[in-house]
Amino acid sequence: MISVTDKAADEVLKLAKTQKAEGKFLRLGIEGGGCSGMSYLIRFEEEPGEFDNVMEGPKGIKMLIDPKSQVYLDGSVLDYQGNGLMGGGFKFQNPNATHSCGCGTSFAV
Amino acid sequence: MTRTVIGIDLGTTNSLVAIMEDGKLRVIPDTEGRKLLPSVVALSSSGVQVGFAAKSRLNDPETIVVYSAKRLMGRSFSDVEQEIGQLAYPVENVDGLPLIPDPFRKRHLSAPQIGAMILSELRKRAEVALGQTVTDAVITVPAYFNDAQRQATKDAGEMAGLNVLRILNEPTSAALAYGFGAGKDGLYAVYDLGGGTFDFSLLSIRRGVFEVKATSGDTHLGGDDFDQAIIDQWLGILPKGVDQSRPEVRDLLRKEAEKAKIALSQNTEVAVSVPAIGLETTLSRETMNKWVEPLVQRTLIPVHKALSDAGVLPGEVDGVILVGGATRLLRVKEAVEELFRRPVYDEHDPDLVVGEGAAVQGDILSGSRKDMLLLDVTPLSLGIETMGGVMSSLIPRNTTIPTQAKELFTTFLDGQVKVDIHVLQGEREMAKDNRSLARFSLTDITPMTAGAARIEVTFTIDANGILDVRALDQRTGRSQGVVVHPSYGISKDTVREMIKESFQHAQEDFQTRMLIDSRTEATTVINATRRALEKLGPDILPDEERSMINKQLDTLEKAVKGEDAKLIRDETSALDQVTRPLAERLMNTSVQDALGGKSLPEPEREA
Repeated sequence: MISVTDKAADEVLKLAKTQKAEGKFLRLGIEGGGCSGMSYLIRFEEEPGEFDNVMEGPKGIKMLIDPKSQVYLDGSVLDYQGNGLMGGGFKFQNPNATHSCGCGTSFAV
Repeated sequence: MTRTVIGIDLGTTNSLVAIMEDGKLRVIPDTEGRKLLPSVVALSSSGVQVGFAAKSRLNDPETIVVYSAKRLMGRSFSDVEQEIGQLAYPVENVDGLPLIPDPFRKRHLSAPQIGAMILSELRKRAEVALGQTVTDAVITVPAYFNDAQRQATKDAGEMAGLNVLRILNEPTSAALAYGFGAGKDGLYAVYDLGGGTFDFSLLSIRRGVFEVKATSGDTHLGGDDFDQAIIDQWLGILPKGVDQSRPEVRDLLRKEAEKAKIALSQNTEVAVSVPAIGLETTLSRETMNKWVEPLVQRTLIPVHKALSDAGVLPGEVDGVILVGGATRLLRVKEAVEELFRRPVYDEHDPDLVVGEGAAVQGDILSGSRKDMLLLDVTPLSLGIETMGGVMSSLIPRNTTIPTQAKELFTTFLDGQVKVDIHVLQGEREMAKDNRSLARFSLTDITPMTAGAARIEVTFTIDANGILDVRALDQRTGRSQGVVVHPSYGISKDTVREMIKESFQHAQEDFQTRMLIDSRTEATTVINATRRALEKLGPDILPDEERSMINKQLDTLEKAVKGEDAKLIRDETSALDQVTRPLAERLMNTSVQDALGGKSLPEPEREA
């Protein structure tokens, strides 16, 4: 399960308007794989891919997630932290992410 | 002013150069107004000739006339042994390569060298027409060309002093000439019947991404065979006494056949008259169609094959692009229309359309156009195998190319002098579940404590999709690398299957990955701690603290043997906690010693 806060949903709708992406799908996911070098992905897309799961978020936003990202993001909350001098942004609170990133970086002997 | 990037169609029979000028396509002719350049090179005692001059010496016994050199491009001698039997010039096996002897200058020429002569000629044409030096070029190749053949073509370009910005697939080029890609998505068929070769491709265009879904063809079927079919009929009605084996007779008949063929695309009947050999007859379009019908049918065999390979019905194709001079034959167009019953694109001159598309691509690469982007993406992630047999991705799938990624890696063992770089492609977490692209080793690393070496791994994918992997030992500056073509030999279906599998195994992959990574991290911390404990005396590490650390080391080691990733991580943090006071004391001592000017062993790194 991935949940989206109301604040994040508001921001998504706002972005959709400025990017002329109203009615499009919001893709959530991870890319790069593994724990080192893994990064979050968030963008608008036209239509679901073959294997994507489509989910409904708050305020009617439609989201796409591929099955692999679903596993990695399970239990995550997508939030938006706005305002502040440092600027804002979308934040994933992911219980699966640990401080151990950067670990798998030594070579097999 | 932006630089001009020329587009070149380096064909088996003919070549040409085109440019885009103020949004208009222009094929650059020679000084006599001829747009094509025969892909022919003549070697004789008087020198080297290229193009029409070379072609005119075909029957000169004192001259070696090299044609169809494209068939030898990037191939080994054994690859083309059969091919060579059909060529009228000598090709020798020199260290496994098919080389053409040039006895007049006591040398051997390779296919790329012959190609370079043709390319130089085209480059000169462009320079004369533009009144400036030209270096940047896009060159087209058949979609089925493999890595070696593409590289050989690129080499030919470089030998001709060209900076080859991109090697472009011929069907993609034809589609670009028609302006596809800018908002016109769909599945297109490209039917390319040249002088001596037939290529059929299915091209999918989706959001600016061109993808060749299937290719098929006949490497020895083309317009020349159509001429021959007509000649064969006429030979039967020649008056007795005409020596049919004389090359001049054949030449006359060939010219007349070509003429009749062209005339019959306009008229329904032509008069045929070659007084020199007593040939007087008429030829109707209907009769000619009958004669060439078996050849037309032969082209449809590879068409059906490509369609079935791609799992596509003729009606599912959005349109068919006609390429190659032989598609001017009305019967060919008719047969294509009958099969597909879809729009046929033939407004562009079929002899020029591939070169024109290369000019369109050149124009895009020159940066003068913003309305169109030729996107190419990595279909699967690319990375290397790291400790524990996992894959670390450097370039995620769907990354637009060209692209580059760089990451630092290190050694796992003390005194390790060699790292193995295993290049992988795929979406699975374990290296063994992904596609292995290449392996190489970086050796002679200065022996150091585990984790101290700095190995920089760089992945570079150029515009042609060719991947260069390089590992650099930052301390010694020594590097090793490998070049591979990740998308070569992998089908669309395989890509889909690999992505699907990564989804099906996501849960177990995730768990395995977490477990292995936690073990790797724990082992690194354990080794570093043990190393520290060995070196330290009771002055800095009291026995009581030592035994506490030892106890946690044992606990962690036990956890590492188990399967619980979370437990391993928790025990690793616990070890981190009990060693923290020691680490702080060590850090202070080393800082004091450093200030005192004494050299010290490198402080242990906190994991």
